[in-house]
Amino acid sequence: MIPPSFEYHAPGSVDDAIALLSQYGDAAKILAGGHSLLPMMKLRFAEPEHLVDINNIDSLKGIREEDGEIVIGSMTSENALIASTLLQEKCPMLPEAAKMIADPQVRNRGTIGGDISHGDPGNDHPALMLALDATFTLAGPNGARQVAAADFFLGTFFTALEADEIMTEIRIAPQAANTGASYQKLKRKTGDYATAAAAAVISMSGDTCQSASIALTNLGATAMRASEAEAVLVGQVVDEALISQAAAKAMEICDPAEDLRGDAEYKTHMGGEMTRRAIRAAMQRVGGN
Amino acid sequence: MAKTQVSFNLNGQDVDVLVEPRELLIHVLREQLQLTGSHIGCETSHCGACTVDVNGQSIKSCTMLAIQAQGATVMTVEGLAAGGELHPLQQAFMDEHGLQCGFCTPGMLVRGYRFLQENPNPSEEEIRSGMAGNLCRCTGYQNIIKSIQTAAAALNADTGSQAE
Repeated sequence: MIPPSFEYHAPGSVDDAIALLSQYGDAAKILAGGHSLLPMMKLRFAEPEHLVDINNIDSLKGIREEDGEIVIGSMTSENALIASTLLQEKCPMLPEAAKMIADPQVRNRGTIGGDISHGDPGNDHPALMLALDATFTLAGPNGARQVAAADFFLGTFFTALEADEIMTEIRIAPQAANTGASYQKLKRKTGDYATAAAAAVISMSGDTCQSASIALTNLGATAMRASEAEAVLVGQVVDEALISQAAAKAMEICDPAEDLRGDAEYKTHMGGEMTRRAIRAAMQRVGGN
Repeated sequence: MAKTQVSFNLNGQDVDVLVEPRELLIHVLREQLQLTGSHIGCETSHCGACTVDVNGQSIKSCTMLAIQAQGATVMTVEGLAAGGELHPLQQAFMDEHGLQCGFCTPGMLVRGYRFLQENPNPSEEEIRSGMAGNLCRCTGYQNIIKSIQTAAAALNADTGSQAE
């Protein structure tokens, strides 16, 4: 399988890339890691006339700390997330989750920004970004704007990113004290998308849950925050009964598409189970356990 | 569509090819450069039969454009043996019966080569996750893991003797 013909551009800077996107509009697509776009082009699900390859823009790669925030370049590969000692220390859920994405070869090419911007509800970073309250920097012809993850995912393959914009950075607050986080993903095999997955970030004050942030992967048209599940936990001494109540609330918002991974009822059930496991694991990790 | 000249280093030799932007690296390696060791399996970046080494990283050459290899250092399975001698990893796959039909073997070897540089003393579990991007349709995984363990021991013994 060979993609359809296109004109190839490999700009060396974000400004040059934006200029190309402005010039070609909807006829252009950004090529990041290519592990979603190139397969879609082979199948003629996507036939862009222009590909703007941003792999040569070094300023889009890397992970740093700036003004108390973790800043991740959009073209940072999954394997770079896994290898980052900064993330392992200050945002451990991200490298944990990246290990569950695809396989070693794909993780060398696949990028966090590509995974987020594609808008595929099966991708893992969207739910992680929702649970972590991440902010995205979107650069366009009129400068850069910040968009919260909560406002970014609008529908399947539909995000707040305009055709002439590039996601340049992902900003995340370092994990607070007395907080634990976990991503639990059920998949059939290595490299598969989630049958269901849940991210949970839980902060405790003594025995009481101070805040909870829960988000779900591949259980609806987009990744989604399970706000009512969070509300069940906050201000409470969390026990198994309460965790089950929260999972039931998460299941209420699930509306998964039936496919070879299972029917809607099974996936919804697994969404509840992943929520339970993510809450338990996050709570166990509070205080660095 | 106009063709573009792409220059890269392939198994230690500089090569120039003329490619259309849409041509994938695997097709250029096999059809223009006549290196048919890298195989086309699933063409959807699942199976790993097309795995090659680009700039010191394992990648699936069915999901990279040849034009993206501009200036890169590329190694395929043909680059493993040196001076008529099998690479210790190739020898280990022979000794441990790490192949049955052999279709996945080039990808297994090239990925195994890079994996043992990333992790020279892997546990069995680490081999399983490090090699997770390569499928064997004969399901000969047990001997593939043994081959990589044997190669790791051989490579470490080599390094040890060089250090002495």
